[in-house]
Amino acid sequence: MGPHYQHLYDMLSKVDGYIYPNEIELNWSILIVLYPYITGLVAGAFILASLERVFKVKVLKPTYTIALLSALAFLLVATMPLISHLGKPMRFFEIMITPHFTSAMAIFGFVYLWYLMVVLLLEIWFDYRRDLVLWSQEKKGIMKHVYKILTLGVTDISPNALKWDDKLGYALTVIGIPSAFLLHGYVGFIFGSVKANPWWSTVLMPVIFIFSAMVSGIALVMIIFMLVNYVRKQIIDMKCLDMIARFLLVALILDFALEGLDQVHRIYEAEESFQILDLLVKGKLTYTLFLFQWGLGMLVPIVVLAYLQIFRSNLRVRKILYFISAFMVLIGIFFMRWNVVIGGQLFSKSFLGFTAFKLKLVGTEGVGMAAVWIVLPCLILLFLFWLLPPWKRHPEEVAGETEP
Amino acid sequence: MAREEIKSRRDFLSRAALVAGGLFISGGISPFKSMLYATERKSTKGPWYAMGIDLESCIGCGRCADACKTENNVPREPFYFRTWVEQYTILNDGSIHVESPNGGIDGFTQKFADAEIFKSFFVPKMCNHCAKSPCTQVCPVGATFESPEGIALVDQTYCLGCRYCVQACPYGCRYIHPEKKVVDKCTMCYHRITKGLLPACVEVCPKQAKIFGDLNDPKSEIVKFMKDHSWQVLKPHMNTEPKVFYNQLRAEVR
Repeated sequence: MGPHYQHLYDMLSKVDGYIYPNEIELNWSILIVLYPYITGLVAGAFILASLERVFKVKVLKPTYTIALLSALAFLLVATMPLISHLGKPMRFFEIMITPHFTSAMAIFGFVYLWYLMVVLLLEIWFDYRRDLVLWSQEKKGIMKHVYKILTLGVTDISPNALKWDDKLGYALTVIGIPSAFLLHGYVGFIFGSVKANPWWSTVLMPVIFIFSAMVSGIALVMIIFMLVNYVRKQIIDMKCLDMIARFLLVALILDFALEGLDQVHRIYEAEESFQILDLLVKGKLTYTLFLFQWGLGMLVPIVVLAYLQIFRSNLRVRKILYFISAFMVLIGIFFMRWNVVIGGQLFSKSFLGFTAFKLKLVGTEGVGMAAVWIVLPCLILLFLFWLLPPWKRHPEEVAGETEP
Repeated sequence: MAREEIKSRRDFLSRAALVAGGLFISGGISPFKSMLYATERKSTKGPWYAMGIDLESCIGCGRCADACKTENNVPREPFYFRTWVEQYTILNDGSIHVESPNGGIDGFTQKFADAEIFKSFFVPKMCNHCAKSPCTQVCPVGATFESPEGIALVDQTYCLGCRYCVQACPYGCRYIHPEKKVVDKCTMCYHRITKGLLPACVEVCPKQAKIFGDLNDPKSEIVKFMKDHSWQVLKPHMNTEPKVFYNQLRAEVR
């Protein structure tokens, strides 16, 4: 008996009812939970940044660069869980060179590259170009050359050039908003278009994914913004924080309404699959769905954030409550992805039974590997903060003069 | 003269731009055509293979599942099947009980008392080689594809092992090969049928419950089977157009 099957023999006794014999093994595990989670963080963080830039919510200015760099750090890692879960990881590039266009998965590589190269990297570059030029003049040693390379040889920082930076950056953000929607709505479509799976197959899936992405991205930037200020011992810009909290509340309410609509629709229509899905949510998903996703991840933060909108408690309490709420939201959205991805595979497509899922600690589909893909973007973000510190940028006198 | 030259050059350029622009736009639209995959019906010439399964005849011996594993080197563990047999037992209270211990290879036992049973029967399952197969639709690289004879096949030297096709199959007919780490499934014994032989499961069936043939050949066994029986396919509402046709398929079967 090979090691490949040993755990499946253990699973055999945990099958409940009837499942097709090939269904005992869950095909998509925690790494595929992380994939929509991480892409969602990216899309959400970007949308928060665009609020400042395009919709002129000037009070969010202190988070603009932080949000962009966070989006970049997570986007750089977004494909890694996907590639590392493949049976043949070394063949991943085939999706780029011979995409099969009837597949919803085929253009992910292109959507991803579009977003990374055209939207995020370019926008950050336009935003930082003046600082890169100035740093390359001020710094000494190797860093001087690093910044020089990062300017890509465009060292013109005349008012006219900076005006163009600003215009192009603005244009990119305008393109970036639909791109962020595309990136994550598309991830939702990958699941929502699987007609064989009634838990996934809903037209609302891309929309729910977009709103949950905004929720998680805003919560992430909120936490990073608070941590950055805490570590740098700076007094946090409370107006900005209050505004982020307000947007988080709005996004949470919209997301909750959409998810509620989805469930109401399922219950009211009560199609062929209803009974098995009913058993699923009341059985195997009880804790992850009712407690973590909707209870602690949504309803409690909604109540807390709404309370803080009405009754402005003192700064210290408010900060702590914001932090806890944002953290709970991040956990809640993780469980939302979990309930979609894992939940959708626990019941048999015969609708007659359930398989079991046991999360492994080690191995390519284990918790250890998942932790790597969560910690790595945090390390990348630290590196980006070191390389492109948002707080050491040059005051914008020059740029200010050139603004029309 | 010179002015006319310029004019003709301008004419040429604008036409070239029109052609280039047209090509560019059609290039941009053509990927979207692929969205229509499941909306179009295929018309076929040449052989178009299908399977008939007569549930009246099936005795649940499981020899088809066993022969398939031998013929196609399918791992012997009870988690990997290209074909398997299900035992349906419907009790007097209307409850449905299904079992397929080791895919039926080791035979079946009936755990309910005769007095309790309303109806009991066997259902051999296999890949339905759907004409609008969701599995080939979702493969991101086209490693799983449809042969000209309508057989859903996998190029295992090309498959990424992303498992999207496993998720997309409504019938649970695909699995990831534990050693090869790529997807594996029924090929309707493509290596045999292209030499004029029958699929292994058809060959070994002692009751001739499985009927293989070409839907485009009016004299074939399968066409005769479909004329003589009121057949049904699995999960017709999925609109995958399966090419495995069951005689006496009850509504309880999924």
